[in-house]
Amino acid sequence: MLEPLLCDLSVPGRVGFRFPEPDVPLAEIPENLVRQNLPLPELYEVDVVRHFTRLSQLNHSIDTGFYPLGSCTMKYNPKLNEETARLPGFAHLHPMQPIETVQGSLALMYELQEWLKEIGGFAGVTLQPAAGAQGELTGILLIRAYFEARGETQRVKILVPDSAHGTNPATSAMSGMHVIELKSDDRGNVDLQALKAECDETLAGLMLTNPNTLGLFDENVEEVIRMVHEAGGLVYGDGANMNALLGIVRPGDLGFDVLHYNLHKTFSTPHGGGGPGSGPVGVAAHLVDFLPAPVVTILEAGDEGMELPPLYGLESPPKSIGRVKSFHGHFGMMVRAYTYMRVYGKEGLRKVSEYAVLNANYLLARLRAHYHVPYDRVCMHEFVAEGRWPDAPDIHALDISKRLMDYGFHPPTNYFPLIVHESLMIEPTETESKQVLDEFAEAMIKIASEAHSEPELLKNAPQITPVGRLDEVKAAKELVLCCAVGAYNR
Amino acid sequence: MYLPHTDAERKAMLATIGAERLEDLFQDVPAKYRFPELNLPQALTEMEAMGELQDLAWANESTHDLICFLGAGAYNHYIPAAVDAILRRGEFLTAYTPYQPEISQGTLRAIFDYQSLITSLTGMDVSNASHYDGATAAAEAISLAYANFRGKRTKVILSPNLHPHYRQTIHTYNHGSPLEITGEQLDISAGPEALIPMIDENTALVIVQYPDFFGRIYDYTALVEAAHAMGALVSIAVNPLALGMLKTPGEFGADIVTGEGQPLGIPLSFGGPYLGIFATRLEYVRKMAGRLVGETVDNRGQRAYVLTLTAREQHIRREKATSNICTNQGLIALASAVYLSLLGKYGLRQVSEICYHKAHYAAQQITKLKGFELWNQAPFYHEFVVRCPETVKDINAYLLEYGILGGYDLGQAYPQLENHMLLTVTEMNSREEIDLLVETLAEVSNA
Amino acid sequence: MNFPTELKYTQNDEWIRIEGNVGTVGITDYAQDQLSDIVYVEIVVSEGEKVNQGDTCATVESVKAAADVYMPVSGVISAVNEELADTPENINSDPYGVAWMVKIELSDTSELDDLMDSGSYQQLVESKD
Repeated sequence: MLEPLLCDLSVPGRVGFRFPEPDVPLAEIPENLVRQNLPLPELYEVDVVRHFTRLSQLNHSIDTGFYPLGSCTMKYNPKLNEETARLPGFAHLHPMQPIETVQGSLALMYELQEWLKEIGGFAGVTLQPAAGAQGELTGILLIRAYFEARGETQRVKILVPDSAHGTNPATSAMSGMHVIELKSDDRGNVDLQALKAECDETLAGLMLTNPNTLGLFDENVEEVIRMVHEAGGLVYGDGANMNALLGIVRPGDLGFDVLHYNLHKTFSTPHGGGGPGSGPVGVAAHLVDFLPAPVVTILEAGDEGMELPPLYGLESPPKSIGRVKSFHGHFGMMVRAYTYMRVYGKEGLRKVSEYAVLNANYLLARLRAHYHVPYDRVCMHEFVAEGRWPDAPDIHALDISKRLMDYGFHPPTNYFPLIVHESLMIEPTETESKQVLDEFAEAMIKIASEAHSEPELLKNAPQITPVGRLDEVKAAKELVLCCAVGAYNR
Repeated sequence: MYLPHTDAERKAMLATIGAERLEDLFQDVPAKYRFPELNLPQALTEMEAMGELQDLAWANESTHDLICFLGAGAYNHYIPAAVDAILRRGEFLTAYTPYQPEISQGTLRAIFDYQSLITSLTGMDVSNASHYDGATAAAEAISLAYANFRGKRTKVILSPNLHPHYRQTIHTYNHGSPLEITGEQLDISAGPEALIPMIDENTALVIVQYPDFFGRIYDYTALVEAAHAMGALVSIAVNPLALGMLKTPGEFGADIVTGEGQPLGIPLSFGGPYLGIFATRLEYVRKMAGRLVGETVDNRGQRAYVLTLTAREQHIRREKATSNICTNQGLIALASAVYLSLLGKYGLRQVSEICYHKAHYAAQQITKLKGFELWNQAPFYHEFVVRCPETVKDINAYLLEYGILGGYDLGQAYPQLENHMLLTVTEMNSREEIDLLVETLAEVSNA
Repeated sequence: MNFPTELKYTQNDEWIRIEGNVGTVGITDYAQDQLSDIVYVEIVVSEGEKVNQGDTCATVESVKAAADVYMPVSGVISAVNEELADTPENINSDPYGVAWMVKIELSDTSELDDLMDSGSYQQLVESKD
């Protein structure tokens, strides 16, 4: 039986929390502005803690098991990060305090900007974007501002390869750009002929995920970037797959003009069931002046001899596109990412990517004989297999995914990228041991065999989960999106 | 450390792959850029890293060290212990977006609880699973309105009394769009009636704040009626904690409610992560961006929850989506759900009223001082504007010497409000602290 | 899969039935099959509205997909199927019948020459699979 809803638990008169009574005289409250009814639950602390603890137990999570969700980089989230982010000096700091009182935080942000510049090979970084999608939006707005400043307002075309993340087209459209989809060639690279055909004076840029969502490093990446640059366009990098590149190659060296990082993927900040993320953006020198305001800067240099630290402050770049959210970004996520990078150091970060790639290729090697891999090359941190067999026509990738749950694993990403039929996109990450990878491989191989011998095991999966397959049509047609108003106070 | 492989395991894995060395896996990377020497610090142990981070944190003076009267969109409130205890559960903390509902009912149910609590609090029909923060939620209201009128209405009216960061974000989001964004030129001392003459048949949306950036509270019923008479929508950006005692935007007839959810159990954390509240009426649900959880049944006949109306979202609609948003603020929405569940009907009204009373006590005491007066006579919630005899910068520097974090310097965002300070009082400020503030300001006024 | 011969078809899987100067518009059997269970339809034009060939006249959503429906021809909308909003599943069960979406008085019958007959459309569909 599932945990009841909050509204079903509520008991009139129960009190969960009391504040000290006011120690000041009571002021008059304007009657016309007072609400009569506050229909919130009436619970006590035990109800609340048990309710949410029981809910938590219905989740699969990294802390409880393997989570090979492609393009999501579900790596282990170190516990230390949670402690440092909660240090009172960070957690209880108001964003508008005088800068003299927040030098520790500004120093941390400044260093993080510097490190991200170094890792990506960029001249400037903003930490403000709240998530990868907002980093993308920021990147495209930067490209547009750049062309506006140059008077090249006819450049409104953004090329998006068909292997790109689904956010890319939405982001471009949101920024007032015109989106053109580019084909991939049969090795999973950008099709150079298709690219050439679009390289004209209306080209604003190319959004390139590299390694792409097939987990493949584009073999022609330098040529692709050169072609876009020669046509006068800029190249945007979707950094969702940066976990393959730390200390391996710097996108800025390859010629990328702008790239967003996902602190919640590459730099281990927890996904939290869907957020908060953090999507800093790195840019080449010609885009630095357009970065969102504010960025952290050194106002007065320090003096190492005198052991005088620099004075950090916030500054608006001269041609800034403006602000993309309140305050300075998701600072709590920055503390976690900073902690992570500090623990790994430069050698460690390269190891992260090397092991992420090692783990993916190991799984690929173990599964190749059992699942068709349409673009079969040495992969980077992830790879895409097909979840279908000609001799098991009723089985879909979805069935394999659901069956994996019965073996205690989170499924890979399904039905993405769109260019592979029945795709299973598998990203093990560097924090999984050989034992876990072997157990997963064994389960996948067993499922491949079940698909042929006992397909109903897949069709009826999952069996051991708290709930079975859901009626999604009912959810979308008979919308129930909250407890009925007033349900708490029956 | 967080990396598992022994040398023997690494060798065995490479053998399975058929590669000799790890480096062989990176042949596709152009050789001249491969394996750059990064200028980054050396690795630290956990103990060393903790020490370094502690040093950085100690270099700050937090609201635990200072007496805080600073607000302006981020507020210093007490966070009950149970909130963080739930947030630290690895099952919530380290899960991804609940795309696989069979093994994500915890996250899905928590979001459904959140949606229910937000609709009750705001008096609206539906809430999404949240946006990034108050500023981006306000910007997404414009996307909803624009989509609702299918681009045929192109005017958006922003109250000049909307948080400056929200307005700046809206301008960034809409730079180069066909929308005309107006209203900010109006007199900031006027009430919402000043917006009414601007509303016409080309107006898609009117955005106001409640309490407004200056802390003032207005009944927006007449404004909403005037907008509806022209067929326009109204979006109200709220402080959700104030709704513990104040009439809901739903009662005003608002079409959209957005807000900064940070006061609901979320630490200040130097500006984020916070919580973008977004609620609307059922008729607009398909134009609303962001994730949404709905109730259904599973194949065993059990009540169960799933992400629904996903066809609206960027990964399906691609370039036709209302917004490119993917994530919500999952964990932060959970924090606010635990906070609202725990405080509930009694506690939320209590804390909401305490803030109101304390702020009014402070305002009353400060305006007794020579040279200090209230800028505006409109009713206010827990923030108010004081005209000061000196620059706010000088006053705040003086206050800081006494361990007091003074109010927001309004001259930064509103040139006409030079020497005006926005002061905020919450349940965290004792009467003694308020009296200390008043005494210290008195020294300024006597100087 | 059904491809009635008396209809004309578009590349985007709309159909139009011509009776006199009035055309009735909907989406094809193939389109509904691709979308699977349709849960929502919104017709975004109204009676008396002037529309151009290629304008969006409706949006259709299933659990997994969403699609815009475009006008096969230009003209003035003469009727809108108001009942369809409450019975979107009819698009799955009877795409050429009760699930029509709008009727239009054609302003330029030569636009019909841009459309496909059932044979060509069937070929197009088969080439997609």
